Amino acid sequence: MITARHDVHEAIRAALANDSLQRALNTHPLERTARVRASLAQLPDAPDLRRRARQIKDYSLAHLDVLLEELAERLEERGGRVHWARDAAEAVAIVEGVAREHGCRRCIKTKSMTTEEIGLTAALQAGGVATVETDLGEFILQLAGDRPSHIITPMIHKTRQQAARLLAEKLGARHTEEPAELVRIVRKNLREVFVKADMAVVGVNFAVAETGSLVLLTNEGNGRWALARPRVLAAVMGMEKVIARLTDLAALLRLVVPSAVGSALTSYTSIVTGPRRAGEADGPEHLHLVILDNGRSAVLGGPYRELLRCVRCGACLNVCPVYRKVGGHAYGSVYPGPIGAALTPLLARGAGHTGQLRELSSLCGACLEACPVLIDIPRLLIRQRGDRGADGQGGWGFRWAMRAWGWWCGGRRRYRLAQQLLGWLLGPAARGGWVVRLPGALGAWTRCRDLPLPARHPFRELYRRMRGKR
Amino acid sequence: MGRMRVSLLTTCLTDTFFPGAGAAAVRLLERLGCTVEAPAGQTCCGQPQFNNGLHAAARRLARRLVEVFADSPCVVCPSASCTALIRDYYEWLFADEPGQLPQVRALIRKTYELTEFLTRVLRVDWSSLGLHGSGKVTYHYSCRSRGIGVGPEATVELIGKIRGVEYVPAGKLDQCCGFGGTFAVKLPEVSEALAADKAACLAATGAETVVVNDGGCALNLMGYCHRHGIRLRFVHVGQLLAEALGPTGGAVNGVLV
Repeated sequence: MITARHDVHEAIRAALANDSLQRALNTHPLERTARVRASLAQLPDAPDLRRRARQIKDYSLAHLDVLLEELAERLEERGGRVHWARDAAEAVAIVEGVAREHGCRRCIKTKSMTTEEIGLTAALQAGGVATVETDLGEFILQLAGDRPSHIITPMIHKTRQQAARLLAEKLGARHTEEPAELVRIVRKNLREVFVKADMAVVGVNFAVAETGSLVLLTNEGNGRWALARPRVLAAVMGMEKVIARLTDLAALLRLVVPSAVGSALTSYTSIVTGPRRAGEADGPEHLHLVILDNGRSAVLGGPYRELLRCVRCGACLNVCPVYRKVGGHAYGSVYPGPIGAALTPLLARGAGHTGQLRELSSLCGACLEACPVLIDIPRLLIRQRGDRGADGQGGWGFRWAMRAWGWWCGGRRRYRLAQQLLGWLLGPAARGGWVVRLPGALGAWTRCRDLPLPARHPFRELYRRMRGKR
Repeated sequence: MGRMRVSLLTTCLTDTFFPGAGAAAVRLLERLGCTVEAPAGQTCCGQPQFNNGLHAAARRLARRLVEVFADSPCVVCPSASCTALIRDYYEWLFADEPGQLPQVRALIRKTYELTEFLTRVLRVDWSSLGLHGSGKVTYHYSCRSRGIGVGPEATVELIGKIRGVEYVPAGKLDQCCGFGGTFAVKLPEVSEALAADKAACLAATGAETVVVNDGGCALNLMGYCHRHGIRLRFVHVGQLLAEALGPTGGAVNGVLV
């Protein structure tokens, strides 16, 4: 779930230099945010709903063991089978085992960040199970050998023109940039895949413990195919997705869907409760649920538990100033954006560049404001920066400078002396009252900005004069 | 009713770089009937250390600030981000020192950001002040105002009190300017892209003056605009109001720097 040897700074520079990505980032997140806000404005009780949603998720997390047992029991009563995976490798092996057990060779997938987290598609392909992503964006990304850059809109880093070229090249389709035509080409191609598939792999948005139901939210109809047609269904869910009651679902859907896509509901809200029963026209003969831990139970028991409230709506990405400039891939983690920056290092402890992820935030608070379950991401990032072993990306020199700053501010006279020293040091470097180049690490400030000289008389001196003191 | 006693939490950036904004806040508050003092012992609230995970260092500065303002009935700060640090995080910062918590909580309860104080706490009969000015102004919202529940409307409301001034809203009003304290030097490329975005939005309004409510944003944006030849004047909202009071109201000479 962490890209090996990912250099965040290099990725940021590449993203900022990528014109088509910058155009996409300068339109999509803003439009989506506007739609989300308009859609939430339709809910007169949105603030109450957010508190309710937080409460529902917090309750689930506090009773996670009991609720997961209940979910498994109910689902098995209905004829489903439940598997527990401690980590990504176990989860992949379980799904591979399901395919083998039922002799499946052709698998269709719906969009699922959890299966991205465990790298399932590539593993199934390598094991000889032809696996096709059936979400439009994911389908195109699979053709491109690319990966999603957003939790909800995986392909926002690609332009329509790029998609058109790819479809023409990989599918031998007529070149067109007409959106409706492009969708038609993909649909025609997928139709045969849907019909022939003998297995479906899906993610889970919510799992309801009291009924043993799995809830899937989709917009394109591919989810319905996946749930109705193939004879084997494997659902993969992070263990935090369980909620206690069906009535909780109603409250969550009212809030989460508008936050994610800016509409009252997704086109399809599918609730699956067990495999096909006698007399039913469709549905899988075999239903398997894989419940994934992969670091979550450690998060559950620590100070970052509230991150597990996340419902993967992607709202925090769209409002994040950093995401709006660098896009999802620059994070080098499966979960990008503010939630990815806070969550990924905990799920993949000690892996690669995770220490840098917590720095990818100006702490502006837009993510908290947008979060339907009120996860205080800025606070959690600050907390992580203070954890033992966390060194930020500034290194010891930076920490030393911050401590020195703290020391100079530790006394009134010391502080005033520091102000004067700053003026004396910067003065000779200034032209017309502005410093245009600073040495060393401070050069990062003057790469794009000038620095005004400190005032000759700081406020404290003005104030003394205002009060008639010398 | 007696005059309200107010202590100004000047902040180190305002003190060092924008003394005019501090002086304007004093004159404005005095004109609005407050008795203002600015304790000389104040330095920095500890935000740079705190945001970088150096919480023990931040706590030392926070303790100092709590002590300096211990006797103040009300603390007003011209910076949204410093106010937000106190209100959103000081209690958490002292979680392991329960002995300190009563004083810390007292500070949290009595600390207000300036625009918040002017629009929600102080009862001001603005019409009697005859505020007047001229020209087009726009506003840069300090994103850290969010944390303390202060939306852009507080400053926009205050600008609206000044006759003759035209307010032109800027695009991406609630997007961070890329300052973020040490964020600006830790992720300079992203910071630059955000500053460029914001400067373009501000310049596109055609306004001559940008009103701000945070010294950090001002330092970032005016530095960016100066480098790139974008002619915008940055003025703290307190300064805009003090200027609008006119000479009889105690005019403050000069702009932010």
